[in-house]
Amino acid sequence: MSENLVKPEDFLFGESENDALELDCGKKLYSVNIRYETYGELAPDGTNAVLIQHALSGDAHVSGKHSPDDAKPGWWDEMIGPGKHLDTNKYFVVCSNVIGGCAGSTGPRSIDPKTGKLYNLDFPVITIADMVRAQKRLMEHLKIKKWLSIVGGSMGGMQALEWASAYPDLMESVIPIATTPRLSPQAIAFDWVGRQAILADSNWKEGNYTESDPQKGLSIARMLAHITYLSDQSMANKFGRELQDASSYSFAFKRDFAVESYLEYQGQRFTERFDANSYLYITRATDYFDVSAKADGDLAKALEPVKCHFLVVSFSSDWLFPSSQSEDLVKALLKNQCEVSYCEVESSYGHDAFLLEVDTLGTMISDFLRNRLEAVHGR
Amino acid sequence: MVDKLKKQLAGRPDILAINEIIPPDCRVLDLGCGNGIFLKLLEKEKNVWGLGIELSQEKIIESIGTGISVIHGDLNNKLDFADDSSFDYVVVSNTLQEVERPDHLLQEVVRVGKKALVSFINFGNIKTRSQLLFKGTMPETKNLPHHWYNTPNIHLGTIRDFRNLCKLLNIKIIKEIPLGRNGNILARALPNLFAANCVFEISSAKTGADS
Repeated sequence: MSENLVKPEDFLFGESENDALELDCGKKLYSVNIRYETYGELAPDGTNAVLIQHALSGDAHVSGKHSPDDAKPGWWDEMIGPGKHLDTNKYFVVCSNVIGGCAGSTGPRSIDPKTGKLYNLDFPVITIADMVRAQKRLMEHLKIKKWLSIVGGSMGGMQALEWASAYPDLMESVIPIATTPRLSPQAIAFDWVGRQAILADSNWKEGNYTESDPQKGLSIARMLAHITYLSDQSMANKFGRELQDASSYSFAFKRDFAVESYLEYQGQRFTERFDANSYLYITRATDYFDVSAKADGDLAKALEPVKCHFLVVSFSSDWLFPSSQSEDLVKALLKNQCEVSYCEVESSYGHDAFLLEVDTLGTMISDFLRNRLEAVHGR
Repeated sequence: MVDKLKKQLAGRPDILAINEIIPPDCRVLDLGCGNGIFLKLLEKEKNVWGLGIELSQEKIIESIGTGISVIHGDLNNKLDFADDSSFDYVVVSNTLQEVERPDHLLQEVVRVGKKALVSFINFGNIKTRSQLLFKGTMPETKNLPHHWYNTPNIHLGTIRDFRNLCKLLNIKIIKEIPLGRNGNILARALPNLFAANCVFEISSAKTGADS
């Protein structure tokens, strides 16, 4: 089988006053780059475009490899590719890196065109709606008239919901997975502690770090967040009380347990691919996310303009974005007489299930998309 | 496509009887929608706007494959996702006997539906009665294929029981369609004895939805 090779691309906009990206905070962002990847071909009638939204630490590289020598393929390669659940022989798949990110799109570690220096904390605080507004520009650039579907898990699901609410005419369907219509105080609290760890790192230097970045702070933030992605049961299954490289306790505070070693490894690995300032900005964006805010907390009212079909999926052991939050969304959509399907998938993997329950999720997504495409074609 | 869907439902005369009653272009809630074939039939044949509720993950996935809207839900809970009278018809086909409190579900059904169509396995049927009388064991029939110890049917009743419950709950029975063998002749004459199954069209007595 030939490798599914893909080339990342860039779309730059916002050079002029008129073209700059207006943000929720009231500021404007100039010279905005969007890093994106596409897979498959846009059908002549333009009906087969699917937008994939990545989660907090994801990027535009959702499937395939950049070069045959790459150690690993894109982050959702099991789901997306030729002949896979989301079949790129059939659908034109687009995935872009969010603004504020650190994987090619404009973010706090980009150059501020006004000063010629890194933005760092001069980067405006962005929201999920800002991310979506930037993506809308990419959609125009790619000459896509309407998405067949917008699919996203976790923070990606928030973007998908924001799309449906902000641009209700621009998609046939939305698939929000393991997500929430508004970030809960519990999730805001975890974000707060994670950011405090970064802010407390002496290398952070008010965001103006140069050679040595605040790795310690970022890795602590990641370790904390990682716990929220797992479940009690998945941790018990994976690690139990096993000791790492030892047969007895050290009676010291270095790592003894396998679970400690795992977190340390995850934290360390994260600092190699993610930026501390980006982490501050993106978690802040999720904190501010509340689709119902535009209707004073009335979710159904806020979603009134929404008209596309929905497939909402949650996971039974996800306690970061528990099923009850997906059910709030489903109830609001039903109140508005939207076409909505909802499944709480039985899984012990916690929030991470959205990346791990590929077959269950994949079957639903591929069947749902097939039916949506047939409906578009009037079959 | 309609014929193909009907063929798939051939083993369910209660559903086909329910199908006869539902008019075009209405809103239907199917409680325990299974693989979603019935809602698909309603959509294709009558342009019905349907929603299914299903507990089994496997069947939800099948329903999504069928192409209907389906919500993961437990009929032992209130139907709090639906406003009063927000559906023209609520369908409960051979499901009532499986829930913890059929009386609570019936009250919810006539709350959210202007009308409801409930198909009911008749335990008063001659077959089940005679098994109990002559064999002295809990009946096992085509409709009731399980053993007494592993059956999901925890609240079986007779047609007369159902009528009494409706009376108690102030639910109006608009129509009864007893279903039996041989063209339903015996079933129509003596439903509680000869019908294996019965479809009831009901509504809340308060709403006067039959006008």
